[in-house]
Order: sequence, then C-alpha cells, then structure tokens
Amino acid sequence: MTSTAPAGAGIRQGNAMSLHADLDVRRGARFRLRTRFDLEPGRTLALLGPNGAGKSTALRALAGLQPLAAGRIRLGDRVLDAPEDRTFVRPEHRSVGVVFQDYLLFGHLSVLDNVAFGLRARGVPRRTAQRRARDWLRRVGLADHDRRRPRSLSGGQAQRVALARALATEPALLLLDEPLAALDAGTRVHIRSELRRHLGDYPGACVLVTHDPLDAMVLADELLVVENGEVVQQGRPADIARHPRTDYVATLVGLNVYRGRAEGTLVDLVGGGTLTTAEPAHGEVFVAFPPTAVSLHAGRPDGSPRNTWPVTVAGVEQHAHTVRVRLAGTPDVLADVTPAAVAELDLTEGNALWAAVKATETHTYPA
Amino acid sequence: MVLAAPAVLGLAFLVLPLVGLLVRAPWATLPQRLVAPGVGQALRLSLVCATSATAISLLLGVPLAWLLARTALPGRRVVRALVTVPLVLPPVVGGVALLLAFGRRGVIGQYLDAAFGVSLPFTTAGVVVAEAFVAMPFLVIAVEGALRGADPRYEEAAATLGASRWLTFRRVTLPAVAPGIAAGTVLCWARALGEFGATITFAGNFPGTTQTMPLAVYLALETDPDSAAVLSLMLLTVSVVILVSLRERWIGASA
Repeated sequence: MTSTAPAGAGIRQGNAMSLHADLDVRRGARFRLRTRFDLEPGRTLALLGPNGAGKSTALRALAGLQPLAAGRIRLGDRVLDAPEDRTFVRPEHRSVGVVFQDYLLFGHLSVLDNVAFGLRARGVPRRTAQRRARDWLRRVGLADHDRRRPRSLSGGQAQRVALARALATEPALLLLDEPLAALDAGTRVHIRSELRRHLGDYPGACVLVTHDPLDAMVLADELLVVENGEVVQQGRPADIARHPRTDYVATLVGLNVYRGRAEGTLVDLVGGGTLTTAEPAHGEVFVAFPPTAVSLHAGRPDGSPRNTWPVTVAGVEQHAHTVRVRLAGTPDVLADVTPAAVAELDLTEGNALWAAVKATETHTYPA
Repeated sequence: MVLAAPAVLGLAFLVLPLVGLLVRAPWATLPQRLVAPGVGQALRLSLVCATSATAISLLLGVPLAWLLARTALPGRRVVRALVTVPLVLPPVVGGVALLLAFGRRGVIGQYLDAAFGVSLPFTTAGVVVAEAFVAMPFLVIAVEGALRGADPRYEEAAATLGASRWLTFRRVTLPAVAPGIAAGTVLCWARALGEFGATITFAGNFPGTTQTMPLAVYLALETDPDSAAVLSLMLLTVSVVILVSLRERWIGASA
C-alpha cells in the first residue's frame, strides 16, 4: 500500500491521489443510484439531494462498506472496486477516512484513543500514535479534551473529534456523511466554517453527502445534484445556483452565493459590485442569501435596505407558488417574487429595475 | 388489586423456602460442620469445576454467539435451535447423551480412548464437560442478545479506520457487549455451580473427584440432614455474593 504517509512529513505528497468513481449502487430491489465523476486531490465534491436519494449508499460504496453493483472505483492507480474484474478491496485496506453522520465515536475509549485508533490499527506504535492524535486534537481545538469520554462531549466537539479521527490516518480520500446534520443551528454555522478551513488544508480528495444546499455551497468545489437515482445537474456550486436546469434544483439550491473580499461589513465581490453584510469579517469570504430575500422595485428604493443596485431582467421562470427572476447587474442575482409582483412590475426581459437586499438577510462565510 | 394477592403469594412462594433453610440451619454447630472433612473439598471442587466450565463456555460460546448475531450463516435458525436444546433438555437426559457420545464406548469417546487414552466419564474433567454442556447455552443466548443490541455500524467505523476484523472484534465489539457478556457469565456460572443431573449421570459421585456441592447436599440429606442444610446455606451464600458483586459492577450500569 503506497497510501499510508510516513509519520508527519509526508502528508502533502502521501495522499495526493485523484479519485475516479463510476458508481452503480443498489439497495434492495427497487432503489438504484448511478453517478460518475472524477475528483482531483485537494478538491471537495458534494452529493446533494433529498434524504433517501441513495447518497449515503454511494458513500458506503466508496468506503468499501458495500460493494458496487456495477462500475468502478479507482483511487490513484489502485482499483478499489470493479465487479467486472472481481476486484474488491476491503474497507480496512483502503486509504479512506469517514466522518459518519452521527460520528460513531467509540464510547469505551477516551477522545485521544478514538483519534489514535486508526493509527494503532495500522501498526503505528502506541506512543507515536498518541503523539500524532494529540497533534490532531490540537488542530481541531480540543487539545485539553484528550482524556474525556465521547459521551461527555457536545455535538460540535464530537464532530471535531470524528473529523480528527478520520484525518489522523492521512487518508487519500475523505468521506463526510451529512457532517453537520446532527448539530443545532447555532453550532452549525461555526462548525461549517471551521470544517471549510480543515478541508482547505486537506490535501486529498473529499466527497461529502448532504441534503442541505448551504452546506454544499459553502464546503464544496463541485456539486452533483441527485434526484430519483440520477444526477440531474453537475458543476460549480455558484453556476448551479445561477442556472438551475430543473425545478427541483432551482428550489434546492435557490441561493445567491458570491465570493469576495471583506473589510468589516463591506464585501467587494470578485465579479464586481459591493454588498453590505450583517456579520463583520476580514479577508476572503462567501456571501450568501436566498432569492426570497431580494425585493424588486421600479425605482430606486429608500429606507432600510442597505444593498440596492440597478438590474435588468434576464429571465423569468414560473415555480409552484413563486416566480423566480434572473437579473443581470453588478452582481447578477436571483429573486423570488409573488405572481402579484409580476403583474405590478413589468418583468419582461431587458426591463430595468432596482434590486434590494437587507444586510441582515445575508450570511457571510470565510472562503 | 386482583393481581396483588397472587403476586404476594408468588413472592412468598419464592422466598419462604429460603427462610426455612435459614431458620432450620444448625447455627450452633455451624463452625464445626464448615471445617468438617469433605465439605471444603466439595466446595473447592464445585468452584473449580463451575469456573472451568464457564471459561470453556466463554471461549467457545462468545464466538458462537458472534456467528449467530453477525454473520449470514446459512441455516442460522437451525443452529440457534440446536444451541437452545440443552437449555430445555432435562439435565439427566443431557448426562445420558454425553455418556453415549463421550463414554468409553461412545460415538466420539471410543476414538478419544483409543488415540489419547483419554476417558471423560467419572473424572473431574467429566464434571466440567457436563456443566459446560448444560450452562453454555445461557451464555450464548445472553451474548447473542447483547450483540444484536449493539450497533454494527461501530464495527464499520473501525474497518474504515484500518482495523482488521479480528482487531475490530477485540477492540470494538467485545467492549460494546461487555455488560451482556458479564450477565451471561454470571448466569452460566450459577447454572454450572448448581448443576446436578448431568453431572451425576455422566461423571458419577466420587468424593474428591466428581462430588460437587449439589451432589454432596443430596447425599448428605439421606444420612445427615443438618449437614445438607449447612452445605445448602454455603451454596446460597456463594451465589448471592457473586450475584450482588457482579450486579453492582456491570449489570447495574445497564439497568
């Protein structure tokens, strides 16, 4: 096995392997998911879809916890699963780290022993394993919790221990199954940006599964949207948000997401334009807000909205109860308005309007 | 209220015989009787045999429980049914069956005798075999139940961390079912300690080699009822002490 990096030093080189996945997974007689993707090391791909869409099954196949029905999984030069060639590498022989939805920390082991478990299982001597586990606990900010039992941790802390445990073996492929689903809303915002930072440092390929579009937008470089066992759209999160190809995708990823540089509550966007946000930040950030937060006006609005800018109508799509308007401007923006508003405003293509977004409706995340 | 009377009656029914034992025990001559020759011998033999039988049951029963709970063994229902047979079988019948299998002319015994000169019946080893035969199902059933209750996804998590199946079993599965194993061990040990029918049938009743406490009690009852009461009192004490101490340490945690 070439994937296990030597202690400490080889992290950067050791697990820089690309993933080739051609997945055909089945659960029971009726359920089936087919998807294909290639993922370069250092990149994060999100499988986004409703609960029960088979995303977790795909993840289990990548981890080796369930064999493929058909297809092929290759990590670097090594074929991990190929039913046609009767190749199947058992999970313990794959260089894969998994963060499970409910973490599955071993309750009878201390936090330190949990993180050291993978290293010990791979034959690293106890003291070396514990030293490296301590390093990882420090990196996730839990250095002083090493003797605690998992049961005594908060949800956010348990999530960080699970991440440290998965990363400690320096796997070539990191798999995250709904990594934030078990957290309450307040913790979630914090852990999400923290997880983003760790994924940025992680040199291997990462596949994450989520039903939350915001998690996918913030954490992933590439997005696969899964619907009824098929991938319905694939691409960069911001592109998918701007150009949804099905109603489902539109409602699912109905978010305006911008990258920019923050100075306090003012964010200069990469594509031009400036937004005022509620949460002060510094440096590279993402600013996100839902299309429902955007109001449209015939003339320049006065009063509370801090962000107003001129736009022109680029397209109008009818959804179930709302109308989604694509607007060109600096920046481009998606707006959901009521059918009544459509009648009031003249929403024909090329018509000039003003868009307004309250600062308090925006969310800012470190990029 | 309709249920209260039979409940109280049931409790009395369970407790009164023990009260009778305590009341009629020859407390005055108890110290002398305890150090009488034969008593210590029978007690020691009982403890050694019950503990050995429990050790064997653990060694063979835990893997058997794992097989039943965690693998897609074909004919698993049949195997489970076979495991439970000694549980419902009259122990005397078990003893006869053991004789026919492991006796000097038994199905397996004849080869054991011819090849190794080993003969199990009427030896201390025979006592251990008889006790293990009767007591092991208690352990298997308890451990299998615990394994079924334990989330197998923890084992998957261990596999993704690089742990072999054996390491996963030792470091993840066993600790997770430890309370179940403890409970099963207590049940198994208590059953082995009290075993009478299979033992006397398969191993006989020779003081010093095969005469365990229950056998000694039975024999004493015919010649010296006071001795029988003392021996019974000792068995009762040993059982209660073990049960209480284990309960507080392991079983209590899950209750």
